[in-house]
Amino acid sequence: MDQDRRSFLTGAGKFIMLTGAASLAWDAVLNGTPDQAPNYDATAHWWAMTIDVDRCIGSGNCVRACKIENNVPDEPGMFRTWVERYQIRPDDPEHPIVDSPNGGHDGFAPIKDLPPGTKVFFVPKMCNHCVHSPCVQVCPVGATFESPDGVVLVDKSRCLGCRYCVQACPYGCRYIDPRTHTVDKCTLCYHRITQGLTTACAEACPTGARRLADLKSPKDPVHEFMRTHKVHVLKPQLATRPKVYYNALDGAVR
Amino acid sequence: MPGVEGFIYPNEVELQWSVLIVLYPFLTGLVAGAFILASLERVFNVAAVRPTYRLALLTALAFLLVAPLPLQMHLGHPERSFSMYLTPHRESAMAMFGFVYLWYLMAVLVLEIWFDYRRELVLTWRASRGLKRHFYGALTLWSDNISPEALHLDERIGRIITIVGIPSAFLLHGYVGFISGSVKANPWWSTPMMPVVFLLSAIVSGIAAVMLLYVFLSWVRRRAIDMLCLDTIATYLFYAFIIDFSLEMLDLVHRLYEADESLKALDFMVHTRLFVSQIVLQIGLGTLVPLGLLALTQLMRFSDARRRRLYVTAGLLTLVGIFAMRWNVVIGGQLFSKSFLGYTSYKMGFATREVLLPALAIMVLPFIILAVLLRIFPPWEDEPAKAELLR
Repeated sequence: MDQDRRSFLTGAGKFIMLTGAASLAWDAVLNGTPDQAPNYDATAHWWAMTIDVDRCIGSGNCVRACKIENNVPDEPGMFRTWVERYQIRPDDPEHPIVDSPNGGHDGFAPIKDLPPGTKVFFVPKMCNHCVHSPCVQVCPVGATFESPDGVVLVDKSRCLGCRYCVQACPYGCRYIDPRTHTVDKCTLCYHRITQGLTTACAEACPTGARRLADLKSPKDPVHEFMRTHKVHVLKPQLATRPKVYYNALDGAVR
Repeated sequence: MPGVEGFIYPNEVELQWSVLIVLYPFLTGLVAGAFILASLERVFNVAAVRPTYRLALLTALAFLLVAPLPLQMHLGHPERSFSMYLTPHRESAMAMFGFVYLWYLMAVLVLEIWFDYRRELVLTWRASRGLKRHFYGALTLWSDNISPEALHLDERIGRIITIVGIPSAFLLHGYVGFISGSVKANPWWSTPMMPVVFLLSAIVSGIAAVMLLYVFLSWVRRRAIDMLCLDTIATYLFYAFIIDFSLEMLDLVHRLYEADESLKALDFMVHTRLFVSQIVLQIGLGTLVPLGLLALTQLMRFSDARRRRLYVTAGLLTLVGIFAMRWNVVIGGQLFSKSFLGYTSYKMGFATREVLLPALAIMVLPFIILAVLLRIFPPWEDEPAKAELLR
């Protein structure tokens, strides 16, 4: 055995450091997903989502995964999440061209005759699970409510189908489910996140652009993400305090 | 996508509030306006409008009874609407609808009509036989005390109810405006002017409706129209309309001058999709023309017959204008995307639940109810039978 003390110490040091790093990473992974305990404690979490615009490639995986996971009607005009494609042309930056064919469900066809210098990017959209949700405020019977862990949900057995919440949502995140005649929206995959899983959209995203975040967990990578990125929310002027945080969000996005 | 221009959020394809929701503020507006006209006589002692006092009250009742119907028909689950009374969400502007409505119906209109008609109800009860006797007995709640003291008390209570009724009518319709005016997501709606404008336009439409009904019913009954009454109503209509129009224009000028982000979308809409309903029907035919006609009657002398024709034309156009205003608020507010990047359109169907046919039925229903109410509670003091009864 031709191992001297020096190489042993180097190897052992590397081993200890790597295991330490791996265990730290594993901790982060575990904390990034919610408590796996069966007795889920809603008061121990405060759910949010981070979306990295620079990572989104417009695959539409999230839209498809969401439709399948949540049994969203396969019709136009009914999306819990969708992807928009923005084109900002150098000669007319004031008027972005935006499209979202079938909500981005089937991906995006290449743009023909793109003028040089055009900025093109994708923006995934979903319910912002606002802290001051206008939709929760306006529901006449409290069928739309905010869970203790910060998720805006709908009790379909109470919803009147008055559509006031659809009007009140500034982000266009709600639709009426023609099967139940009640409102429907993103639940942040509540059935999954309370089981320790991430959302269907985040799981299906091939580039990791979407990440579920637990703002109450000090070990959640979201804090590092927020610290090291320039994050922004949609329509902050409306003071709804959205909890979907975008990295690299262009000012043109509405 | 057909009917869509530019970009709208994918969920905005479906228009949420249909023509039925246009009818709702239109109907409650007529209620509030008719009541305000009635209160002119009762509280402000404008004796000239006395011939329309009871007609105005009954009109208000007929329209109020129908007002919740379009809302009910619009709900995805109408059978659950009662839960708004049982478990209202106190933060919701809409949750108070049932209470405001019931207060106005039961504590104001029904009570006022009852106290006002009590003497005649008792006299009819006494004078009739058979089923009619039982019916009127029930209407009087089997209380036949019409001594001078009791009638004096009725009069005092009626006056108090009207005084309470005026702010209630303001509440009823101002509240309707608040429901849309408080939606901050929608710049077309979101303005504190909304309740005020709704209220003023309500008064305008209610006065116009009662004026038209008075002329129409006088014609049906072959009775002479009390021109002093008609002139007075038209004058009030004119002044209320000026205030209403000024406020609406103030709102418009304010938007144009502030020119915030939403203006481009709204401005485009007014020039395209809402051009006919907003510029032509609401502002032109529905406001400027009737205002001009009413101004003419104030400035120039016309014969009675010509004034009647001018008033009727102005009244009809006013109702068209106010209906267009409700349309432009409710439907117009949904034609642009909340992204401000595109527009959608509204196509009204014909014979399903939330379309033209039910809307027409709902518009006809108050007149049928009014016809029944006019039989049960005859409002006319110039009928010989009535004079006989009251003698």
